[in-house]
Amino acid sequence: MILTHFNAALLFSIFASTVFGITQREGARDQFRYGLYCFAMFMGGLLVAGWVMWALRH
Amino acid sequence: MPETITRKETPVTSKPATSNMSVFAPAIGWLIPGAGHLIQKRWIRGLLLMGSVVIMFVLGLLMQGRVYRPNGGDILDILGFVGDIGAGGLYIVTRALDAGHGIVAHATADYGTKYIIVAGLLNFISVADAYHIAIGKKS
Repeated sequence: MILTHFNAALLFSIFASTVFGITQREGARDQFRYGLYCFAMFMGGLLVAGWVMWALRH
Repeated sequence: MPETITRKETPVTSKPATSNMSVFAPAIGWLIPGAGHLIQKRWIRGLLLMGSVVIMFVLGLLMQGRVYRPNGGDILDILGFVGDIGAGGLYIVTRALDAGHGIVAHATADYGTKYIIVAGLLNFISVADAYHIAIGKKS
């Protein structure tokens, strides 16, 4: 199975955020919000790192 | 003048809960990811944790990730083994089937190795959460 870098990072973010959300907060609402926050941070970091690498290359 | 002796009440020290569940839930949660929550009737949380850890571990194997064996060599290899062992039953089954001999032939194979390690580490967090629920620290 070969995934693209983006898809691999996307799946990683989804699963890690799910576990972080459930384990680090109490109450369904807070868990959901924290999971979304972690997912946004993962994806934001991914996009920023991607553009930084692009800038370094060009 | 008579002195009145006032006896201070010593606070009752609460012993940590050492019920069977506080031992059983983390143990079963390590062996079967998410099961520590399921046996405590946290159905949705348990299923989500189980799905996340199991899918991540299996994807790692499908990406030809490497499963670390017990070793005393390079520090990163030792830490890789510590991460992998967190997946509990998944790790035992994988070793029993002699799978996870991935050779890093492409970039996603390295992702696979990391997926397997992180699945184990996430299961460690899930086990700690099951323990906290068992002792009543978390609802």
